[in-house]
Amino acid sequence: MLWVDKHRPKTLDKVIVHEQVAQNLKKFVAEQDCPHLLFYGPPGSGKKTLIMALIKQMFGAGVEKVKMENKTWKIDTGTRTFDLELAMLSSSHHLEMNPSDAGFQDRYVVQEVIKEMAKSRPIDAKGKRAFKVLVLNEVDKLSREAQHSLRRTMEKYSASCRLILCCNSSSKVTEAVRSRCLNVRVNAPTEDQIVQVLEFIGKKENLQLPFGFAAWIAAQSNRNLRRAILFFETCKVQQYPFSANQVAPPLDWEQYVSEIATEILSEQSPKRLYSVRQKFYELLVNCIPPESILKKLLTELMKKLDSDLKHEVCRWAAHYEHKMRLGSKAIFHLEAFVAKFMSIYKEFLCAAFG
Amino acid sequence: MAPLVPSSQPWVEKYRPRQVKDVAHQEEVVRVLTNTLETADLPHMLFYGPPGTGKTTTALAIAYQLYGPELYKSRVLELNASDERGINVVRTKIKDFAAVAVGSARKGGYPCPPYKIIILDEADSMTEDAQNALRRTMETYSKVTRFFFICNYISRIIEPLASRCAKFRFKPLSEDVMSNRILHICNEEGLTLDAQALSTLSAISQGDLRRAITYLQSAARLFGSSISSSDLISVSGAIPEDIVKSLLVACKSGEFDVANKEVSNIIADGYPVSQLLSQFLDVIVNADDIPDEHKARICRKLGEADKCLVDGADEYLQLLDMASETIRALFNIPQGLVF
Repeated sequence: MLWVDKHRPKTLDKVIVHEQVAQNLKKFVAEQDCPHLLFYGPPGSGKKTLIMALIKQMFGAGVEKVKMENKTWKIDTGTRTFDLELAMLSSSHHLEMNPSDAGFQDRYVVQEVIKEMAKSRPIDAKGKRAFKVLVLNEVDKLSREAQHSLRRTMEKYSASCRLILCCNSSSKVTEAVRSRCLNVRVNAPTEDQIVQVLEFIGKKENLQLPFGFAAWIAAQSNRNLRRAILFFETCKVQQYPFSANQVAPPLDWEQYVSEIATEILSEQSPKRLYSVRQKFYELLVNCIPPESILKKLLTELMKKLDSDLKHEVCRWAAHYEHKMRLGSKAIFHLEAFVAKFMSIYKEFLCAAFG
Repeated sequence: MAPLVPSSQPWVEKYRPRQVKDVAHQEEVVRVLTNTLETADLPHMLFYGPPGTGKTTTALAIAYQLYGPELYKSRVLELNASDERGINVVRTKIKDFAAVAVGSARKGGYPCPPYKIIILDEADSMTEDAQNALRRTMETYSKVTRFFFICNYISRIIEPLASRCAKFRFKPLSEDVMSNRILHICNEEGLTLDAQALSTLSAISQGDLRRAITYLQSAARLFGSSISSSDLISVSGAIPEDIVKSLLVACKSGEFDVANKEVSNIIADGYPVSQLLSQFLDVIVNADDIPDEHKARICRKLGEADKCLVDGADEYLQLLDMASETIRALFNIPQGLVF
């Protein structure tokens, strides 16, 4: 088992990083009830961990017996009927799914599954927990229609199910949905907190950490806890006992992007643009999200630029990322950005050195 | 069905007015509708206005008061965006429902006029085709059916439909009215709320009563029965003032890297950028030491960034772009490179 999963806090009491949030969530456990919740925060900050811990404490160990199923819904729109298949995890108390996987048909999934849950309501002899929890991931990727249809559905069926929504950026969730939920912001852990967690894991695994080693990993991790722990484990596999100046490889795609950056900076020509294209294709084929590529490329380029240029480059990066989101083929926009950058940079070099 | 724990019902539902006369702050509508209750005469209605001003509540209340619990189910058809409402539904379901004639059986003290009501909630998300298909239906069956359209933006309702209805604008609630309502709920639920918290609540909810009540309930659940204004801010997802200020300070330093660091921190802390942009706008507009021209330039960028965010662009890049433009505006550096 990976350390990330092995040392994931199972209850709200054991949460190290977001103690304040966990304290607040515990009040819901005490009440045996909660409102609709919306967790938002950057990746690797612990949203899912908090959600699972909350559900587990609310319903007991029953939620750990999950089964994975590919459920098929028959959707009847009046004009046509079709089948929609979506994978979901379910236990007797909760259901977890990723509705945006259904693409533009996501709104049917949201409506159907919530209505179905409302029909088959769990009954408890004590009259408690008369609701199920539906965990929806990546709500920021839901289409506008799906979010619209959530609005009234959330209110109408509030007696029989609670929604827990989870997303990275709450800007992309409509105001109407946000105002119906209790918003929980999960911030990325600070470097000190990451160090604390790493030391905790080190102790559990009986490892000797040289001084400053955890801090070094934390600095590498970009405040992403999951990444820090994975990185820590990689280091362990690579070389143990740790040495203070151990060099662990950065993620290979990041390495690749920084190579691209160096290439662009060393020569600006159509020929170089062509050779960079191959590399972009390779990254895209390996399912690296294009916006991550663009962001990483920007960071790498920024390291070596004059401050005037930085303003200009970041403006164009934002511009092309926006265009990329509106369009459908990422490669065009990545290349356009590189071409734009080359032109700016060349102009700058000519002006500076004649 | 298992009995519910009393607390599980959202207060928004619990305190939803059941009678038209209880709807706060919308005098014209209330007057017209109370009149309706006596004469049982009702035009087609179109309610529009910002969220949380009582549109749905009013429509449901009047339907309920006209028919009472027994007849309600057979006389009222409620459709909202979560139901399928394409052109096909208009042609079949709505038409079928509209076509059925009903008598005026006065029952249990309710007026029960001889027509049915179709409530189309969130009508602005209906397609234009579907709206067009409704035109004739509305007229043909006007003897036996009344339509209620409810929407946020009247501009998205096609003109022919709008002209067939009596239009009512629901205005955002004023601070007094909202405070009254909130205090009423506090009394019922046994909460204590000081004057400062009350005004904070009105400020952050911006005339949206539903939002105010939701915040109040969330805060009550998290922090117990006495609620301070900082508790309310933390549940509302508003960004603390000093974070917004420190971004401006970073921009004022003129160093791109300082601003970049601040932006990365804000993103890592998970603050919603769209919210940040609107709060940043307030700070910029109210700042005394920035000349108007610079303010204008920054505001224009804020608008652009907001549009990009709505289109789904990346938060980090947009915020960074905004910060960089702010620096350039503050130091009067023109956009584009000049050598």
